[in-house]
Amino acid sequence: MSTSTNGYKVIGTRPIRHDGVDKVTGRAVYGADVQMPGLLHGRILRSPIPHGCIKKIDASKALALPGVEAVVTAADFPNPGDKIAELGEGAVNLRHLSSNCLARGKVLYKGQAVAAVAAVSPHVAEEALKLIAVEYEPLPHVTDVVEAMRDGAPLLHDDLVTESLGKPTGKRSNVAKHFQFKIGDVEKGFAEAAVVVEREFHTATVHQGYIEPHAATALWSADGSVTIWCSTQGAFTVRAQMAELLDLPVSRIKAVPTEIGGGFGGKIRVYLEPVAAALSKKTGRPVKITMNRTEVFEGTGPTPGSYIKVKMGADKSGRLTAAQAYLAYEAGAFPGSPVGPGAMCIFACYNIPNVHIDGYDVVVNKPATSAYRAPGATNAAFASETVVDEICEKLNIDPLDFRLKNAAHEGTRRADGPVYPRIGMIETVEAAKKHPHYNSPLAGPNRGRGVATGFWFNCGLKSSATASVNADGTVSLVEGSTDIGGTRTSIAMQLAEALGLRAEDVRPVVADTDMVGYTDVTGGSRVTFATGWAAYEAAQDIKRQMVARAALVWGVKPEDVSYDAGVLRCKTDDAKRLTFKELAEKLHATGGTIVGRASVDPTGVGGGFATHVVDVEVDPETGKVTVLRYTAVQDVGQAVHPSYVEGQMQGGAVQGIGWALNEEYAYNARGEMTNASFLDYRMPTSLDLPMIDTVMVEVANPGHPYGVRGVGEVPIVPPPAALANAIYRAVGVRLTQLPMSPGRVVKAVLAKK
Amino acid sequence: MSKKIHVQTTINGEPAEFLCEPRQSLLEVLRDELRLTGTKEGCNNGNCGACNVILDGRLVNSCLVLGAEVQGKTVTTIEGVAPSQGLHPLQQKFLEHAALQCGICTPGFIVAARALLEKKPNPTEAEVRHWLAGNLCRCTGYDKIIRAVLDAADLSFRARANGRERETISQVRGEFP
Repeated sequence: MSTSTNGYKVIGTRPIRHDGVDKVTGRAVYGADVQMPGLLHGRILRSPIPHGCIKKIDASKALALPGVEAVVTAADFPNPGDKIAELGEGAVNLRHLSSNCLARGKVLYKGQAVAAVAAVSPHVAEEALKLIAVEYEPLPHVTDVVEAMRDGAPLLHDDLVTESLGKPTGKRSNVAKHFQFKIGDVEKGFAEAAVVVEREFHTATVHQGYIEPHAATALWSADGSVTIWCSTQGAFTVRAQMAELLDLPVSRIKAVPTEIGGGFGGKIRVYLEPVAAALSKKTGRPVKITMNRTEVFEGTGPTPGSYIKVKMGADKSGRLTAAQAYLAYEAGAFPGSPVGPGAMCIFACYNIPNVHIDGYDVVVNKPATSAYRAPGATNAAFASETVVDEICEKLNIDPLDFRLKNAAHEGTRRADGPVYPRIGMIETVEAAKKHPHYNSPLAGPNRGRGVATGFWFNCGLKSSATASVNADGTVSLVEGSTDIGGTRTSIAMQLAEALGLRAEDVRPVVADTDMVGYTDVTGGSRVTFATGWAAYEAAQDIKRQMVARAALVWGVKPEDVSYDAGVLRCKTDDAKRLTFKELAEKLHATGGTIVGRASVDPTGVGGGFATHVVDVEVDPETGKVTVLRYTAVQDVGQAVHPSYVEGQMQGGAVQGIGWALNEEYAYNARGEMTNASFLDYRMPTSLDLPMIDTVMVEVANPGHPYGVRGVGEVPIVPPPAALANAIYRAVGVRLTQLPMSPGRVVKAVLAKK
Repeated sequence: MSKKIHVQTTINGEPAEFLCEPRQSLLEVLRDELRLTGTKEGCNNGNCGACNVILDGRLVNSCLVLGAEVQGKTVTTIEGVAPSQGLHPLQQKFLEHAALQCGICTPGFIVAARALLEKKPNPTEAEVRHWLAGNLCRCTGYDKIIRAVLDAADLSFRARANGRERETISQVRGEFP
């Protein structure tokens, strides 16, 4: 066990996670593990074509198959119309959300759900799918963002009119939205530059790749209430979406989050949940639907492919004078790509006087995109950070020195408006520069070292917690954030710290929507920050009551009682002293137990910066890029549980490596994804990687009681650019397309020869 | 629905019997018929290792084995890895090294790593990486998993050398609670 820094007793240590034993013994219950008497199994029929009108659905043969209990289509759902609902992390058009669960009238991508069956076994349900006859009228499709933006491209939505700079243009197109961020005068800035580099980039659609496929079990009770057990990043957002889609009040729906086998942003939107509910309503029995891996790839939200153009200029001294970007992101079937955050992040690491950014949200015949770890930022950083590297090369400046010279710092205004509070960009670059990795020689042919930086906002949002004191001096903590990576423990540790207890003295439980106050999704790197804050506030509530109770026991005024490090003392009588545990034993006899509670919506979010260093070796004959050494440096604020902070950094870096080198949705001319399996969609394996070294730079966030900053997302941002820069140093070619797969690398190497 | 097959087998050291359809995989039988849901489905086509079990001493993807095939054989699942008291050294080391985040791949990794350590009690990092290349983890980047397995190997190697194979890690090393 490590010792803590900054005077904390619990924060900064590495206790065993509270849910650990269940998860290493197979006892933890995930989405697909839900079992109950009378359970029916649901399966989804999906569109075989990327674009078309649904003329007719005939399920009579399926319904006649023995063991089939019900079939549902969009006709079984209320038609929500164009209602925009605020669902906690962004607004959504309910008509689109509903059509993404079961297509209404049209299909917009291969794999879109069209109908669903409930049957006595999964196999019978699968047989029944083959018996549902759907008549389609195919329409021309478009799966690439650049082509989708062209005049004359097949249009996905009859009613989609481009909004430009906040105003409808009246033009029907696949461009849902165009927006702009401007600061200073870029023409003037480029005129002042000694070096200007302008490049175009393409990035492929990639999937979050969580190992647990989506799973949901619904029971529509005879009393009209609905219970849904599912693997989700947010039980309350499931409840809100279900309420809107099924046209029920939220109080009629209980969402019970199971353990979740990875999400990374992809398990926020509902897919199966309302469908399982509709099947349960028809059959009067609980219905479980699980996806297979192909359905996960073809039917759930990946993160967008994109086209990005970046132009940056610097003067002779290496100071950036201007930067311009054009970002067009594929939203998939419905508007709502993360081009907004991408555009806000693209130059966010730098202090640049003149910036002009145009962003375009574009629909294409691919699955509707979802959040994926720092959504939008990785695509953007791939572009800007490789252009920065080229400028450094032209000016013959060390790339880390260049970043130090231009680093954003407290007071820097980002192009989209906000002025940074205390941030750690400079500290991460300095730490990378000092690291033995950066200072070690890298010998051998076809080897190169690359660096890149990245930024992500992190977010706050709403969290609730209640905590009750047990007679044995422990505290039961009830919170609403599903635990994807050890957050039960990082939240419990903050409560323990505040009360002067040990982490093991807190028993954290993730609750359903009837058991805890509203809590937003596990996303935006917010849980340790915001739900941890709720736990901290619940601890303050307990403290106040413990002080009052001690005062009652001693017959003194509450202001005469102090609480420090888990010990209550009477200020007027040194002999009067009770530990937390001793007072806890007396609670039942002195008025009953003590329950602390809190609901928070904190501001004070601290943005996260990361600087990564990577060494690669490129095989010029096969194009294979081998990662020899990888170091991830990050401003993590105060690390609550350092092992799980390192884990976020390592996991994020490796997802970024996969995005950089291998992962992509491959499409054929018919608009079909041709690699919808883990064999062909090539995520990194243990054999592809070295150890991932981490350096936690702890720049405490002044906006949080314990200095906590979000840590989960930013580590995915630098890897593609860092790898591209390393590949350039290794073999002298600059790759501008992701993934930098062996074929592309070989082609570039041969073209150079 | 086709006629069900009666299968007698040994699961986690105990005799077991079940009825299954010819088309049901061992993974489905374990999860849906025997309610041993510690074995996970990640891909259902042998690419991710989340459903790893040990079948007659051999590591297999249970999604690629039919339920009917285990007649007369011996199956070990994640539920059979720990001794009746405490944890297997691999399980303990996964916890100490924070080698899991979401935990869905963890049962498969632990079963696979156990199969490795039975063949090769003291593997190198490269050997561990090679053996576990059939198990996908999307959360950790593998770093802490590899460290946990190497650490557990070191420990069980020494424990075995001392003839104390069945002891848990906490018994072998006094420092753990």
